[in-house]
Amino acid sequence: MLGRLSLEALPLDVPILVGTFIGVAIVGIAVLGLITYYGKWGYLWKEWLISVDHKRLAVMYVVLALVALFRGFADAIMMRTQLALAYNGNPGYLPPHHYDQIFSAHGTIMIFFLAMAFMTGLFNLVVPLQIGARDVAFPFLNNFSFWMTAVGFILVNVSLFIGEFSQCGWLAYPPLSEAQFSPGVGVDYYLVALQIAGVGTLLTGVNFFVTIIKMRAPGMGLMKMPVFTWTALCASILIMVAFPVLTVALALLGLDRYLGMHFFTNDGGGNQMLYLSLIWSWGHPEVYILILPAFGVFSEVVPAFSRKPLFGYTAMVYATCAILVLSLVVWVHHFFTMGAGPDVNAFFGIMTMIISIPTGVKLFNWMLTIYKGRVEYHSTMYWAIGFMITFTIGGMTGVMMAIPAADFVLHNSLFLIAHFHNVIIGGVYFGYVCGMNFWFPKAFGFKLNETWGKAAFWFWCIGFYFAFTPLYVLGFEGMTRRMNHYSNPDWYPWLLVAEVGAVMILLGIVCQLTQLYVSIRDRNLPQNVDVTGDPWDARALEWSTSSPPPVYNFAIIPHVHELDAFYHNKENGIDTRSAGGPYAPVHMPKNTSAGIFCGLFSLILGFALVWHIWWAAALGLVGLIATVIARSADKDIDYYIPAEEVARIENEHSRKLMAQAAE
Amino acid sequence: MSTEHSAAHDSASHGSVSSYVTGFILAVILTVAAFGVAFSHALSPSGTLMAITVLAVIQVLVHLHYFLHMSVSPEKRWDNQVFIFTGLFVFILIVGTIFIMVNTSTNMMSR
Repeated sequence: MLGRLSLEALPLDVPILVGTFIGVAIVGIAVLGLITYYGKWGYLWKEWLISVDHKRLAVMYVVLALVALFRGFADAIMMRTQLALAYNGNPGYLPPHHYDQIFSAHGTIMIFFLAMAFMTGLFNLVVPLQIGARDVAFPFLNNFSFWMTAVGFILVNVSLFIGEFSQCGWLAYPPLSEAQFSPGVGVDYYLVALQIAGVGTLLTGVNFFVTIIKMRAPGMGLMKMPVFTWTALCASILIMVAFPVLTVALALLGLDRYLGMHFFTNDGGGNQMLYLSLIWSWGHPEVYILILPAFGVFSEVVPAFSRKPLFGYTAMVYATCAILVLSLVVWVHHFFTMGAGPDVNAFFGIMTMIISIPTGVKLFNWMLTIYKGRVEYHSTMYWAIGFMITFTIGGMTGVMMAIPAADFVLHNSLFLIAHFHNVIIGGVYFGYVCGMNFWFPKAFGFKLNETWGKAAFWFWCIGFYFAFTPLYVLGFEGMTRRMNHYSNPDWYPWLLVAEVGAVMILLGIVCQLTQLYVSIRDRNLPQNVDVTGDPWDARALEWSTSSPPPVYNFAIIPHVHELDAFYHNKENGIDTRSAGGPYAPVHMPKNTSAGIFCGLFSLILGFALVWHIWWAAALGLVGLIATVIARSADKDIDYYIPAEEVARIENEHSRKLMAQAAE
Repeated sequence: MSTEHSAAHDSASHGSVSSYVTGFILAVILTVAAFGVAFSHALSPSGTLMAITVLAVIQVLVHLHYFLHMSVSPEKRWDNQVFIFTGLFVFILIVGTIFIMVNTSTNMMSR
């Protein structure tokens, strides 16, 4: 009846998990209680959960990403603390079975549910506004994608309290991840969660590709698109080509585990090396999917706060496209030591070194944008400059490891761990937080607190160096990754320094939360309110609407004449909003609960698959298909906002603008 | 102005009943032919593989033309660019994987 599920699946013998569960339950009940107390369930449902508005979905994605950050960071600091203790006979406080789940969950959550969700959140908020569109091409699909991502994350967290998570690292290499060596449910949770979230990501890629290609404002040719939109386009293309490979690789591993097939097993003609090749031919494009939008954020922020147009727009676009193609031909550098000959390793090593050239072009472009600019040292600029320095170091250690001979020494050592945290924290995370600080007023109509934002930057940046520079040293001293305890006295002091760094990063996260709290508390102070919708005197179209934008974004779709369309209009006295009309009715998509129901049935399906509860799996699958069919048959999916309503909203914004100008 | 939103939905052709039926019949014939070649043992093993491969390629083209409505007309430029890029990636993936796996097994003397 319940498949493999029984009371023994509850980890009641692990005090850390019981404590965590009690903590999560208390917080959860408190949040649900507060929503009930203030009677906000209807509001939450109607305005957020079933919303197809890209701006609302953006906020939900970023909230999901921040929750994932807490979970992923909790894993990280637990690992660091374990290694600061588990020295010279002391077993530490995390037994290997638990520790292995923690490092697997850390990687999985940070990449799939922090970074990808944060990136999608920024896409959702910014891309339609930057190209002068009223929503994405497929608004329902957008909501559906969000719920698929959320369900994936929920499943990963359910594994914390029911059963176990994968102990095979964040990419679940076979043969360890095969049923023979991992008979438990951990790898199944991993596979099912990633397959469900992968559907969401793939559809997001399709959605934004079509949106950018088909829905740009009149006059916005490809070479007049803002760079962030360009990077979103290239990342969407990479999602569309790379994610199906992940789906196939995980599906084959799933067939091995569920149906006893032999794609990657030791026996029966299986070849686990093929899994490495497949998973990394997704995995390498994936890191460029994450970093390209971060590059896009800096390309918007640096010109805005240097009061100059971006240096080398064309070079930036071509560098982005070059990275897009090159990122597809470098994947072997993740497994140089697998046993391929010098032909293969030399080819992929050289391709890897070549990819640093367009990246270098980008760095010089940002530096030359700052050069002779009137730089305002806003907190977003802190993140941008911190990124340029940190990412360059990470890039250089990456080129070092692109040399196959050097990689034979450094492979799977902590040097590698230091390298990819160097580019992912210093590049991706700094970039997304920079973007969050930059576009927050656009989403909510008030600015984030500067003091706490800068404090967060300093803790994160200095904490990063304290946490990861020792890992470079430890890599040279021969310490490998995923180690539970050790006895080498030379490593101990460095691991203590790394622990200090992790605590500093914790303070950085606390500063970010405080920044959010203080900003929300002070949101009505005159210096924080964004009346004009253009708080930074910035350049692209998203700043031409009010903050937060009306549901339809643009009452009259702007005509684009130049790159940096909004700045061009400001300089030439053209009113981008065409205030005063005449306004026409605006055609908009209706909210729909189909997405959240699809998510619910996927959750049932996923959970049932993990535990082999076949009747529930069938129920989930049938429910999912029925919901999709019902949604497809629904003709009542759109509505018109009357012209008078549009005029009322627009005139009110114009009145606020005039009042501001009169002060 | 109200038409702006539907900009993503416009398309030259979504096919007709007859084109779908033609495509379906062709697909069925090609599928049956592939199974027929395999089950009848009429060709040598390598000849069977060849025949199935050729039938599969034709099958792909039939699907692209009749079901995905691809053509070489100018308004389909983006579709074709995307398709060519997909082809490039599939090429990179397949040729790259064969390159890596063959080289590895030779180098490791696994066969």
